[in-house]
Amino acid sequence: MSTAIRVEHLAYSYPGVDDTPGTAVFEDLDLTVEQGSFVAILGGNGCGKSTLAKHFNAILLPCGGKVYVYDMDTSADDRLMQVRRHVGMVFQNPDNQIVANVVEEDVAFGPENLGVASPAIRQRVDKALQRVGMYEYRNHAPHLLSGGQKQRVAIAGVIAMEPKCIVLDEPTAMLDPQGRREVLETIMDLNKDKDITVVLITHHMDEAAKAGRVVVLHEGKVALDGTPKEVFSQVEKLHEMGLRAPETTELCWMLKQQGFEVRVDCLDEEECAQTLYNAFK
Amino acid sequence: MLKDITLGQYFPGNSVIHRLDPRTKLLFLVVYIAALFVALSWISYGVMLAFLIFVIAVSKIPVKSILRGMKPLVFILAFTAILNIFFTGGETVLVEFWGLSITKEGIIRAVFMISRIMMLITGTFLLTYTTSPIALTDGLESLLSPLKKIHLPVHELSMMMCIALRFIPTLIEETDKIMSAQKARGADFETGNIFKRVRALVPILVPLFISAFRRADELATAMECRCYQGGKGRTKMKLLRYHRSDLLAFFVAAVLLAGMIVLRHFGL
Repeated sequence: MSTAIRVEHLAYSYPGVDDTPGTAVFEDLDLTVEQGSFVAILGGNGCGKSTLAKHFNAILLPCGGKVYVYDMDTSADDRLMQVRRHVGMVFQNPDNQIVANVVEEDVAFGPENLGVASPAIRQRVDKALQRVGMYEYRNHAPHLLSGGQKQRVAIAGVIAMEPKCIVLDEPTAMLDPQGRREVLETIMDLNKDKDITVVLITHHMDEAAKAGRVVVLHEGKVALDGTPKEVFSQVEKLHEMGLRAPETTELCWMLKQQGFEVRVDCLDEEECAQTLYNAFK
Repeated sequence: MLKDITLGQYFPGNSVIHRLDPRTKLLFLVVYIAALFVALSWISYGVMLAFLIFVIAVSKIPVKSILRGMKPLVFILAFTAILNIFFTGGETVLVEFWGLSITKEGIIRAVFMISRIMMLITGTFLLTYTTSPIALTDGLESLLSPLKKIHLPVHELSMMMCIALRFIPTLIEETDKIMSAQKARGADFETGNIFKRVRALVPILVPLFISAFRRADELATAMECRCYQGGKGRTKMKLLRYHRSDLLAFFVAAVLLAGMIVLRHFGL
């Protein structure tokens, strides 16, 4: 398996105002994301999740260390567009990333920037919209869509550029439960064929539980890294960092604290119910 | 309350007029306006009006919505009419009072001016009603592209127009939200004299501007992420292409203008 993103000894601090020194976010961070994987990055407020995401497609450049995207150094000026077409980015607020006032025109924006020929753009746009299930809305005005639909259009806009990797920076933070479900299903569908690497930055534990690998950032360092089961079963550690495990894991953990013999690593309701049944029958 | 604002309202449709190339429609509008200013007599006005009615009928735009669009312009129309009625000199005086006189020539001139303005506005309405904003900006960009030679940022201008159009509904919605929030905290926008009301707008405008700047910043980042780097090397999904109907439209425009010039030449 090849590497999609490789972060080596990353150091970054935001520039300070006037003469005051900036605040350091990372001092020495290492992280590798494999091609075709689905990685969730978790962390409390201000732990540097979004800052890290912005390094993945050269919106921010490291102060020290290196970030490689498909073996391209993100700080090399001449590869900037190559880096950005390989790593697409979806942001939190769907309203602020839609450029055009017709859905299909917005999806076409990326390929148009890449200089793709007109008939090929048409194909890419139709394919991208079908993939996120928004094809029948292609002639709608974006401001009339729901939050979840807008976010799916934003995802389509990124897919149309045919990236190898998509980084989503808290894409569901501003959505209602219905919208969250839609967007999460779309994201999981993207990774289904393993042709697109997905990096999902989130603070919803149940979303992270759907990933193949969970990375927890704390104070600019990778605190926990592993499969969702491995990470979420360390409930005490998560609590120390001001985070919580998914509700089901929390429930089992609390029961265990009370002296019951239950497994802690159940992630969804089904598994949790089965565990409880086995423990109390 | 702000939802009623219509800006460059577009009526989706599938008539011949809708399907014309936006560039054709823009150029046609220019020729139409020129013809309107060449026209001098009742006969030529009649011809122009007949043509206008024909276009409205073909485009299937409801006459009601055109009249509704005129509403905000009633003041300007009335102003023009009054100026022309009172300040046109003439021989056949109809009424005279307070040193002012209304002459037959004045009334005729007023009617002329009003019909000219109304036909002018209806013409531009027909353009925006039958052309989507995106097609319109594309058309403008394409028509103005020769000006790139003299370093006019044509692509940037049309991109700005497109984004402005995109964000009008978003910002209107936001204004509504801010107004509700301020009202909930006891702000009063509806009473008091004009100065009081203008001052009441400050607590709306400040948050609106702050959020607009934040949006602009986020949008710029998102555009960069999607490889935007100006108009250079950019392609288009929808290419503008002239069809046979566009050729016909150009022919009609030429005949219209030529006809008006001929009529004027013969003093009609």
